[in-house]
Amino acid sequence: MSAFREIAHNGVWKQNTGLVQLLGLCPILAVSTTFVNCVSLALATILVMALASGMVASVRSFIPREVRIPVFILIIASLVTMVDLAMNAWLHELYRVLGIFIPLIVVNCIVLARVEAFAAKNTPLIAAWDGAMMGVGMVVAIAVLGGLREFIGTGMLFSGIEMVIPGAQALQLLPERYPGFLVAILPPGAFLVLGFMIAGRNLLDARAAARVPPVHKIQAQT
Amino acid sequence: MSEPTALRVSLRTAFILTVFTVVFTTLMATTYRATKPAIDASVEAEKMKLVDEVLPAHHYDNALLDDFIMVAPRAELGLDARDDAVRLLRARKADAPAALVFEAVAPDGYGGKIRLILAIGTDDRVIGVRVVSHKETPGLGDYIDPKKDRNKSAPWIRQFDATGFGQVADANWKVKKDGGHFDARAGATISARAVTNAVRRALQFAVEHRDKLYALPAKSVLEKEPTP
Repeated sequence: MSAFREIAHNGVWKQNTGLVQLLGLCPILAVSTTFVNCVSLALATILVMALASGMVASVRSFIPREVRIPVFILIIASLVTMVDLAMNAWLHELYRVLGIFIPLIVVNCIVLARVEAFAAKNTPLIAAWDGAMMGVGMVVAIAVLGGLREFIGTGMLFSGIEMVIPGAQALQLLPERYPGFLVAILPPGAFLVLGFMIAGRNLLDARAAARVPPVHKIQAQT
Repeated sequence: MSEPTALRVSLRTAFILTVFTVVFTTLMATTYRATKPAIDASVEAEKMKLVDEVLPAHHYDNALLDDFIMVAPRAELGLDARDDAVRLLRARKADAPAALVFEAVAPDGYGGKIRLILAIGTDDRVIGVRVVSHKETPGLGDYIDPKKDRNKSAPWIRQFDATGFGQVADANWKVKKDGGHFDARAGATISARAVTNAVRRALQFAVEHRDKLYALPAKSVLEKEPTP
């Protein structure tokens, strides 16, 4: 069981795709103008990653080493195509916003990276879990990024939620008169906010690391 | 058996690759067939939703999406020879002409092309205009899209509603900054100017060709008349 916990910790914090590995930044930066966009794309990515990792792990013994990359890409591309079609059919409004980024999940290097580095060497269940957790890490990072950009840029949160949950309303957090802070919504804002988030995460890590040694010392003395 | 030959290895690998390809293509094809009806329905619904915004359903009683003609690209609609022909829908009530619904492009937006959909009634007045797609600056020029317009009670684009050349003369159909009739928000005149001019051109086109547009058989093509 602890293997699962370690994978989860790895995916969400220690090797967070968005904040530590800095992989797959293109979709993260491009869609992160609103919270809803971000979370939707990230959920699609989780789905693809979990399915791809699970599937690759289940057929890994049939894949000749020499041609494993084409097979991985075939599997990932097929899954993305299916997710793309399903979203187009059943979440059409959202698909209009995210449409061009869904096919890009194919080339999101984080998917192939996890399949190659982890799924190809592990059992299906644990590989699917790893894929899902890497995705969850991405959701967390991108949700904070999108939420911050939307809040700073427009003073609102959850705009566009009606595309996912019909009838739901966006929240107006700052007064109507808030003029908006354009930079946050424009592309440079994505880099700025991401930069601050990475710094913040490193700060938390540094603090945690600074706290640990004294504990060790005490343990060593007793 | 000796060492397997290169040919044997290639054939074996190719076979495995083929099996994978067949399996996953089948999966994709199945998904495609399962989702196709839903996708077609959403595309249709989306088109109708846009049409509904510019032309409320009480104006017509025909099968609007089926009564269309294709209009070859022409400058009045902001299209040049590289563009595709656009669809022009003809709304009728009790078989009498009611309105024309078509897309036009403002090629000179701040961020490039602004695509519009307009409905123009038989009285030669605009019934409604909406922006279909644009790349204007968020928070600045994007008020041309009523969803982004901060003034919810009187969105900018509604100025054109129920307006024709009888209300605002042809020569006056400009933004105020250019000495015309229509408002534009300070600091973002370019977007408003592009849309205003595009609406004027589209309205001129509809007025000039009105009878022909209603009379052409459904699904025929209106070619560009040769310029003298």
